[in-house]
Parts: sequence; structure tokens; C-alpha cells
Amino acid sequence: MGRYVIRRLLQMIPVFIGATLLIFLMVNVMGDPIAGLCGDRQCDPATAAQLKKEFGLDKPVWQQYLTYMGNVFTGDFGTAFNGQPVTELMATAFPVTIRLTIVAIVFEIVIGITLGVVTGLRRGRPVDTGVLLLTLVVISVPTFVTGLLLQLLLGVEWGWIKPSVSSDAEFGELIVPGLVLASVSLAYVTRLTRTSIAENKRSDYVRTAVAKGLPRRRVVTRHLLRNSLIPVVTFIGTDIGALMGGAIVTERIFNIHGVGFQLYQGILRQNTQTVVGFVTVLVLVFLVANLLVDLLYAVLDPRIRYA
Amino acid sequence: MRGATHAKWVACAAAAALTATACGGGGSDSGSGSGDAGAVLSSSWGDPQNPLEPANTNEVQGGKVLDMIFRSLKRYNPETGAAEDMLAEKIATTDSQNFTITVKDGWTFSNGEKVTASSFVDAWNYGASLKNNQKNAYFFEYIDGYAATHPAEGGKQTADTLSGLKVVNDKTFTVKLTQKFSTFPDTLGYPAFAPLPQSFFSDHAGWLKKPVGNGPYTIASYTKGSQMELKKWAGYPGQDKAQNGGVTLKVYTDNNTAYTDLMAGNLDLVDDVPAAQLKNVKADLGDRYLNTPAGIIQTLAFPFYDKEWNTPDSDKVRTGLSRAIDREQITDTIFQKTRTPATDWTSPVLGEEGGFKEGLCGDACDYDPAAAKQLIKEGGGLPGGQVKISYNADTGSHKQWVDAVCNSINNALDNDKACVGNPVGTFADFRNQITDRKMSGPFRAGWQMDYPLIQNFLQPLYYTNASSNDGKWSNKDFDTLVNQANAETDTAKAVQTFQKAEEVVRDNMAAIPLWYQNGSAGYSERLSNVKLNPFSVPVYNEIKVS
Repeated sequence: MGRYVIRRLLQMIPVFIGATLLIFLMVNVMGDPIAGLCGDRQCDPATAAQLKKEFGLDKPVWQQYLTYMGNVFTGDFGTAFNGQPVTELMATAFPVTIRLTIVAIVFEIVIGITLGVVTGLRRGRPVDTGVLLLTLVVISVPTFVTGLLLQLLLGVEWGWIKPSVSSDAEFGELIVPGLVLASVSLAYVTRLTRTSIAENKRSDYVRTAVAKGLPRRRVVTRHLLRNSLIPVVTFIGTDIGALMGGAIVTERIFNIHGVGFQLYQGILRQNTQTVVGFVTVLVLVFLVANLLVDLLYAVLDPRIRYA
Repeated sequence: MRGATHAKWVACAAAAALTATACGGGGSDSGSGSGDAGAVLSSSWGDPQNPLEPANTNEVQGGKVLDMIFRSLKRYNPETGAAEDMLAEKIATTDSQNFTITVKDGWTFSNGEKVTASSFVDAWNYGASLKNNQKNAYFFEYIDGYAATHPAEGGKQTADTLSGLKVVNDKTFTVKLTQKFSTFPDTLGYPAFAPLPQSFFSDHAGWLKKPVGNGPYTIASYTKGSQMELKKWAGYPGQDKAQNGGVTLKVYTDNNTAYTDLMAGNLDLVDDVPAAQLKNVKADLGDRYLNTPAGIIQTLAFPFYDKEWNTPDSDKVRTGLSRAIDREQITDTIFQKTRTPATDWTSPVLGEEGGFKEGLCGDACDYDPAAAKQLIKEGGGLPGGQVKISYNADTGSHKQWVDAVCNSINNALDNDKACVGNPVGTFADFRNQITDRKMSGPFRAGWQMDYPLIQNFLQPLYYTNASSNDGKWSNKDFDTLVNQANAETDTAKAVQTFQKAEEVVRDNMAAIPLWYQNGSAGYSERLSNVKLNPFSVPVYNEIKVS
């Protein structure tokens, strides 16, 4: 187990370097970011040169990348164009997005798995068909449509919620945005669980458990569900990273000042430091989430062993 | 159906607004009728792109705050745009080149520090010095000694202060310019010329976290990227005291969300109605929707560095293109009358006296497909057989109007390949291609005035090698006329000479004027006396909250 973890951690290094390098190159290919800083007029060349020097943009890209990575390892992610250190931006943006992700994940787990179990056990019944249809609708409607619709109905027409989230972005305010963010994944979780449960329902160990006279509740939660969760856990694990990075649409609709907002601003303003910094952290989140998923397998199914 | 929905929206917003008023009434001393001097309003805001320093702020969002927390020597009248004395007691000159400026007594910063002549001189020196990377440094370029504090690219900075600025005493300082510039005093209302307190220099980082100024408002709290709370400053010595208790500026990720919040009663003022809502805004807000002219003009600029656009007859092609654009129809259908077809190269906010001349463009801006065809043929046809109009696709709704302009040109020329749009991914890249002179055809050029002067609409854009002359147009007659106008001591004559220069722009069709842009705003029923100034920024201090 220990060796497996170490090997996985070592594997992360090339992935991490490759991902950051790619992002770095992509942002740099877009051209000179200083050009957009002066509005609809040309920056005065002397000031532009000075700014480039300050942001290290006058050096060749490979050198910029090396300096940048060197700084990253000391915890310095550079400065955004508005004079704020990127770490400061992260400190305000990540907690918000993490809260939003937690809300979304909780929805996925609670609603998704419950619905999945219910429909998986009652395959072909009206409940099953109904939920299947519902998930089909959710999957086929784009997030921004769901988001804007809920915002309009709940926020403006009925006045149940505030259409926009305040700058504190507390859990309570994030319920509707979290649901919108989770919606598509939630439908997938439901369908995955349903299939998995329906398949395992006929397996030997379930028949044995039933034959032993175990209560139905115990059969379902301990035996059936536990074994059926492996594909679901894989999905949810990789979804954490996807949700955090993909919150751009939801965050824009509900005015949440999280990672999506900062990334969007960073890309619009072509702010290399912000974009690369945030993406670097997101890559790390992805990698760690994947590692955790792999480790969770052994917990769910003791037959899985790591060499 | 649509009407019904919106009627409901209005009712809902009204109900929400009423409850909000009822709730808000508790905290204030007098809740009577119109205008509660203690009540705070909320307004939409965008994250400022640059640090909030007077000489470093060149976009509307940061400018909005500076306008609330700073007062300068002059202030532009929110209605007429005229430059009026604010902190300036007297600005005297005999030769339009040397100015003696006297600062009024009794003004202080909100931290109690007196506003003196040095508050201005120090601030201007800071703004001009290359070391400080101020993006508006070029505003000081006419002051003597600028070249030493802000050498051209590659040069070495030899001075930290402008030799043209001298403090005479606490109240007086002198300015020496490098050339005659008759309208120089009128430029002093621009935020870059604001005075700065000592704390700006002694604790710069601290000041940036919570800027201190001398305007009607003080900053109570500032959370970068999300919101700023401004409170009325009780000790404000000026006449234009705040009529409300304060303003909370909330950063919105999307102006559609801000508009939705206004509808739901969570926000009092939106100063940028999203294009998608323009169709409904009248039904939603009625007369609580403002649509007033601002000092912004949209034009199509041409790459004069490209030989094909710089042939002796190419002015005919450009004029022909101008005549092929049906401005009236585009402003009606695409912009829902939030733009006005342009008939000169300035803006109506200048007024007749300030140099706006309706119809100066004449025939050249009238839609006439037949004439357009004829002119383009005479001029040797379109370079390469096709024009590509470049624009940035990331912000604004540029795609829609560029496509409409192209459509209009194609129809006029009976050739559906005569004009195509050429989107560029980001604004930064768009600016990049312009500065690198990579434009191969006309491109979008918006100009928002810095100060309401005809000079500001012509010189930076069309003078040889001027800062925003993106098309690199150059014309001796134009340059001579601008120099003459600047040397003129009589303002009326100066304006006339500038208009002569504008005629040179017209005769060469240096850029095709498209339309004047309006500022738009919508507000809740709690507010009254809401106005937009010529810079399309709400006049916050005059807003009354009930």
C-alpha cells in the first residue's frame, strides 16, 4: 500500500509539470497581455516595457516558465494585474468554490445514490421509468438553461431565494447554485448506481446474504450497495475536479466570486499569473482526488490489493 | 404573454422595493417622503482592472469610485459637461503656456489632512514618473520636464519630478507647459489630476487597500473583487454634498445577473443594461430606465500602413463604404436606439459651443447604395475584392453590429462576399494586432472621451503618431490646424479651428463614424433624481433614496 501511494505520487510529477507547461504555453500564445491593459488605446511604450519587465514578460517563455515554477514551489504565485498577489485571490476564491462543490457533491451523493438504489431495486416499475425520464431531461438541458430558469422562477417570480449570492457566499445561499451545478452529474450518478445495483442484485453474494436470513436493509446497504459503489465513487471522485473547474457557468449566473469568476476574468484580461496559478491548483485537486478514489477502492472491496 | 410576464415582474420588483424600504427605514433618522439622507443605495459594479490610483485608472469601473472619493481642481458639470472650478480658486495665464493655479482654502482630505498646492504637485509628479508604472502618465506629457521623468522606451529616467511644476506657497503653484495649450485648464477635471494625501506616499500598500480622498464619499470597507462600501463624508466642504447616506458597489460577474437582481429588488441601480434586456426594459422599468448620450463614439478605423488602403483614390473607397452603411436601421434594430447615428466625429455631449456639429459629415454619412457602388468603383474597387472588419469577440456585442454592417455593405454592393467580420478572440489580442500593425482591413475603434473637449476627440485619434492613432493616419493640413487650435487663446476660435481640422478628417474619411453611444441605467423605485453624467457614470452624490 505504502509503495503504491509513493509510486502514484511520483507519477503525479510529470503530469503536473506537463499540465502547467501546456497552460503556460497556451496563455502565452494568445499574445502580449499588456496590450489590453490600457483600454481602447495604445499603452505608452515606456510604461508598457516597464510593466512587462515587472511581470517578467520580457524574457523568453521557457525562462518565464522556469522562474514561475521556481516561485510556485516557494508558495509565490505572482501578482495579478490589479496589483493583488494571486495567492490572495486564491484565498478568497477557493473557499467559496469549495463550499459550492461540497454542496454539489452532497446533492450528488444523497439524491443521486438514493434515487439510484430506489430505481435499481425496482427496475421496470413506474418509479424507475419516471426517474430515467427525469434524468434524461436533466442531462439534455444545458446547465445555463437550468440555472437561468431556476434563478428567474425562484429568485424573481416567487421570491424564495435571492437571485444572486452575496460576497460571503454562505452554505444556505449556495443550495440552489449547488443543485444547478450538480444537476448533470447527479443524473449520471443516479443512472450509474441504478445499473450497478440492478446488475449486482443477481450476484452470488447477494443471494447468499439473503439465504443467510439477513435483514433486507443490511443486505442492501452492506452487501449490495457497497459493492455497487465502485464505479460511482470513481465518477464522483473525478467529478470533484470537474465541478471546481467547470463552475464558471454557474458562478457567472449566480454572481459567485469563486474560482470560475477569477479564471474567467484572468482569461479575458489574459492574465497569465492568475490563469496559470488557478489551473495549477485545479490540476493538483484533480490528481489528489483521483488518488483518493483509487485508495477508496480497497476500502470498498477488500479483494482489491495494491502491490 | 410577454407583456403579462413583465407586468408581473414590475409588480414583484415594486413589492420587493416597498418591503426593502420598510426594512431600511429603521436604521435612519428621518424616513419622510422623498429623500432619506441616511439611506444607503446599492449599485452594480465591475472589478477594476488596475490598482485604484488616480493616475493608474483608465476604465469606467475604477473611474466611478475615483469620481466619488476625489474632487480635483475642476469638475465637469454632470449635465452640461462644462469644466467648472472646484478646488481651483483661480487658474491664470497670459500666454496659454505658463499657468498660475491657486487652490481654494478650507479643503481637507477625509483623514483631516489639508489639501494644499503640494498635494497636487506631489500627485502629478508621482503620476508622471516612469518608475511608478502609471497607465495615465501621458496626461502629464504637456508639462515641462516630462521627458526627463518619463523617457521614451529605452531611455533613462533622469528626474523624479517635473521641472515645470513649482510650489509657490501653500495655496499656489505654477505649471509650465512645453507648448501652448489653451484648453489645458479644462483638462484638469480628469481623475488623473486629483490631489493625493501624504498617506498615499508614506503607506502606499495601506492606501491601496482603502483609498483616502477628498470627495463627498469615504470608503468604509473594500473587499477586492466583491464589494466596496462608501459612506457619505459628513465633513465634506464642497457644495455637491452627498444626498444619500452612502453607496454600496457590488461586483457582478455578469450584467444580466445585476439586472435580474434589480428586478427582484435586491439592487437599486444598474448602470449598464444588458443588450439582451433592451427589448424588455421599457416594460420592466418604465421611466426608471435612463438612456442618455455619453461621450462615446464608435468608428471604423483603417490600416493606413497597408499600401492598398493608402492609394491616392482610396478615400473614395472609404467614403463609399461609409455610404453603404445603413446606420439608422442598425441602431434601431440591433441597439434598440441606445446609439444614435453619427453625423460628425465628436459627440453630442460637447454641445454646439463645445464643438459638436451635427451633419458635419454631410452626404458621406448618408445611406445611399447607388452612390456607394459608384464611389467604390471610382476608387478602384475594394482592396483584394473584400473587406474584413476586425473586432474583439470577448466583450460587448460587437459581433452583432459588425455582421449587420457587413450585411448592409453587401446589400448595397450586390455582392454577398464584399464584407465579412473577422473576430479576434480576446481584447488583449485585438489590441496586440493593432499595435503590431497587423490589421488587413477596417477594424472597430471605440473612443470614450477623457474630458469633454473637441480636442480630445480629434488630436489623440488623428494627429500624426498620436497615442490612439491606431490606423496611423497622417495628414499635414490636419496637424497644422490642430497646432493652430491649441495655440489659440480664445476658446470659441479654438473650437472653430478644431472643426476645420475635423473637415480634413471628413474629406479623407480617415475613419468612418458609425454612431454615438448612450449610457444606460435602470433603477428601483426607492431612488429618485438619478442621472448619468457625460461619461455615462451615475451622478451618485445627487441620488435621493426614499
